[in-house]
Amino acid sequence: MVLTVTSVEKRFGKVSILNGVSLTLAAGEAVALTGESGSGKSTLLHMIAGLEPMDAGEITINGKALENLRDAERATLRRENIGIIFQQFNLIPSLTVAQNLSFQARLTGRSVDIDALASSLGLTEHLAKYPEQLSGGQQQRVAIGRAVAASPKLILADEPTGNLDEATGDAVFDLLVTAAHDKGAALLIVTHSNRLASRADRRLHLRHGHFQ
Amino acid sequence: MSCTVLLTLLSHWKRRPFQFLTLVLGLALATALWSGVQAINAEARKSYDDAASVLGGETTLSDKTGRVISNETFVALRQNGWLVSPVVDGWVFGTDGRVRILGIDPLTMSRLNPAGTAMAEVEIFEFMGDDGLILAAPATARRLTNFAPRVRSVEGIAPGLAIMDIASAQTLAGIEGISRLTLLPNQPFRQTLLDEVAPELVRRSPETADDLARLTDSFHLNLTAFGLLSFVVGLFIVNGAVGLAFEQRRPVFRTLRAIGVTPGHLVSLLVLELIFFAFFAGGLGIGLGYIVAAALLPDVAATLRGLYGANVEGTLTLSPTWWLSGLAIAVLGAALAAATSLLQVARLNPLATAHPRAWARASSRTMRMQLSLAGIATLVALVAGVFGSNLMSGFTLLGGLLIAAALTLPTALSGLLNLGERLSGSGPLVEWFWADTRQQLPGLSLALMALLLALAANIGVSTMVGSFRLTFTGWLDQRLASEVYIGAENENQIDALIAFVTPRVDAVLPIWHTDADILGAPGEIYGVVDHPTYRQNWPLIVASPDVWDGIGRNEGALINEQLSRRENLSPGDILHMPGDWTTTIAGVYSDYGNPLGQVILPLQTLISRYPQVDRTDFGLRLDPEGVPGLRDALTEEFGLAPENIVDQASLKAFSLGIFERTFAVSAALNVLTLSVAAVAILTSLLTLAALRLPQLAPVWAIGLPRQTLARIEFFRALVLAFLTFILAVPVGLVLAWVLLSVINVEAFGWKLPMYLFPADWIWLLALSLLTAGLAGLWPARQLAKRPPADLIRVFVHER
Repeated sequence: MVLTVTSVEKRFGKVSILNGVSLTLAAGEAVALTGESGSGKSTLLHMIAGLEPMDAGEITINGKALENLRDAERATLRRENIGIIFQQFNLIPSLTVAQNLSFQARLTGRSVDIDALASSLGLTEHLAKYPEQLSGGQQQRVAIGRAVAASPKLILADEPTGNLDEATGDAVFDLLVTAAHDKGAALLIVTHSNRLASRADRRLHLRHGHFQ
Repeated sequence: MSCTVLLTLLSHWKRRPFQFLTLVLGLALATALWSGVQAINAEARKSYDDAASVLGGETTLSDKTGRVISNETFVALRQNGWLVSPVVDGWVFGTDGRVRILGIDPLTMSRLNPAGTAMAEVEIFEFMGDDGLILAAPATARRLTNFAPRVRSVEGIAPGLAIMDIASAQTLAGIEGISRLTLLPNQPFRQTLLDEVAPELVRRSPETADDLARLTDSFHLNLTAFGLLSFVVGLFIVNGAVGLAFEQRRPVFRTLRAIGVTPGHLVSLLVLELIFFAFFAGGLGIGLGYIVAAALLPDVAATLRGLYGANVEGTLTLSPTWWLSGLAIAVLGAALAAATSLLQVARLNPLATAHPRAWARASSRTMRMQLSLAGIATLVALVAGVFGSNLMSGFTLLGGLLIAAALTLPTALSGLLNLGERLSGSGPLVEWFWADTRQQLPGLSLALMALLLALAANIGVSTMVGSFRLTFTGWLDQRLASEVYIGAENENQIDALIAFVTPRVDAVLPIWHTDADILGAPGEIYGVVDHPTYRQNWPLIVASPDVWDGIGRNEGALINEQLSRRENLSPGDILHMPGDWTTTIAGVYSDYGNPLGQVILPLQTLISRYPQVDRTDFGLRLDPEGVPGLRDALTEEFGLAPENIVDQASLKAFSLGIFERTFAVSAALNVLTLSVAAVAILTSLLTLAALRLPQLAPVWAIGLPRQTLARIEFFRALVLAFLTFILAVPVGLVLAWVLLSVINVEAFGWKLPMYLFPADWIWLLALSLLTAGLAGLWPARQLAKRPPADLIRVFVHER
């Protein structure tokens, strides 16, 4: 298993957000995570990425348990094993599209065929541009490219289509799933869209801190 | 509605107290240094006015050749219907140097003379006679404790001046006669013509404070320039804070506009908010300014006394005008700093989307505009430099160059960052470092400009002072060649003194002189003998080949650089001397620290042309080891006071002491300006730190630990400070050149060679790196310690 989440709990003050959540993800598998606003989808995603601590439970990525790792080790784990995509793209504004695409891969010492990657993402004409010169859909393509370029074992996508129109959202979703499949990566994607969620290999619905 | 909108606008500052602090601090610092300098200048101006009203507020009669007036002439004038009152003007040694004394005749003096006001404080019988009271302002009285029982403190007397009976002044100053006669108002209609009674006298118009003010103009302009520089540096902080607040409040402005607040209404309320801040910060600034002025004034007073002989009271008396002008400058500063932001609010489109990277996007356009303005500033500077010929044009040249340098900084830094990127290796972090640093430039450029100005001013002023010190020290070695300088207590002692020292020393060099108007301005005329001491040591700048042979033949004259530049005179030119005769200029010598024109004549010429010359001073050449023995012998034989026997080392130490004190004020203002720039860097980095989170959070999420990011942020601050320093060095050197070769010539009449002091630069570099390091350390530490939840919030809040 690429990802194993066991009995994870998370509270914000007296409010319990996640109450013993467990899941597993195999390589090449695409899982959609749905739920109402405030149900804890993004919190779970952030905890899996090692961005946010959990109150109880265990998360293992590629055989490494997160709770045993220090901050810097979590960062290294993230850099080498996880690709993250945010709703607001969160590209690095000072770098060009080409530099953004290759950034994480080069951090891990991996080489990237930028031209091939850009071609697969439809970004060939935009490689020299800066993120602010692109449309929302194009920016999200760059974010996907950055996430998959490093050949991560796990891709975490937090509502990647939330800021896009339906047609663009569909295209981006398909691109993400295809890219994950091509790289053999496990994909956990948070979405509000039941339509898109139904196109994943598996669907998990979070409610009152549990999967239903 | 206005109240509601105003409260909405003010709520921003409640949520961001640090930003509020930055704004108030910037405005307070800008106001403080400016109003502090103004307080010092106002105090000096008041002192000049007081001195002028007492010392030269009336029309006077004085000898055409500068000699003293005899008692017989005074009596003859009174007998011929001239209502005149005698005055003796001289110097005595107090506990810490010379004090000017004014001897008056209370019986004939005009009741309108300000000295009469002082007289009203004492009984006339206590005042009269050669052991009568000495009246002085409290600060001056403290310097005259060696005359203790006779000294009486009286408020209102000009600083540095002691008033006494004429008989007392004649005794203390060793003057046998009258310095000048003041003409009382309402002279009788019938009186004999002056040329018939006293043809040797000439009528002189009243002196005004302007004479002293003109002499000290350069010094006050120097202070004002520093005050202005600090003011501008402070405004950079304010501009940064206001600009940031505008960016952060843009959504609020948009919402307010959308719900019906007109642009005019919104701008008016923002102006009201700004005026409130300006009054608050201005009040703080005025308080700080008072502290700065009070701390600097003693050094300023010492400088003015040492360099110009101008006396300034060492305590502050502040007028309401000063307070009001301080508040006005705070409001003006706030308006200048906020003008661009207010204009943007006025033009705000309510439908425009927020653009967090507005500064960055506009950077290339802004840089082009800054370069254009820099070009204009350079042009103005060059025009002032080429065509100007006064102090103001010198400072315009200086100001233009500094503004041009500051405006060119962002473009130059961008170029250096590109160069750095090319020279450093490739790699994602390296690329991100350079690219991200470049992107931060617009946000930091004002603070970096402030740092550049402060560093350049520091390099320029320290190069100027260092060059001056080196030149001055070498010049002192040349000028003070005699091992001992002695001064006879009166003319009767001179012959015996010469007879006593001649067999005990290698040479006796008379330093005889008289004061006289040279080519229409106050000056000094000295006499020298032809002696190897002068041939080997005298600091000639330019001279005819046989200059000393000429002096030996009793021909020609030497003039100081000040007189040469002022009157455009050089060797070979004819010099018109007081007393209606001429001589040929044989050489020009450097004469640093002297505001007056000076002529050196062969000694015999001096004596024959000006028989009343002061002959009491001598330089003695002898084996330095014999100096203590000679001192003891002179004290034992003649009872000479210690201040009448000064050895070379003491005189040099005294002169260097005056020099160091002269530049103590510049050094203090230099440090203050640098401190304000440090605050500018600190506040900019701290305020930008908050804005940096959205840029840093994605990099952290990708897998760069917070500690690594913090180290990079810290290193970035150091790199920017280092590059700014590199650019500040040439700017500082140009500044030093302008100070040495343009401002000094205009202000003092002498030009100085320029020396470089790389060791000082290394200290300054270390200091600026320390400043930037400290400024960068806090945000970096905050970032390293920041809970992940804060960084997560960046992603969550953007939803």
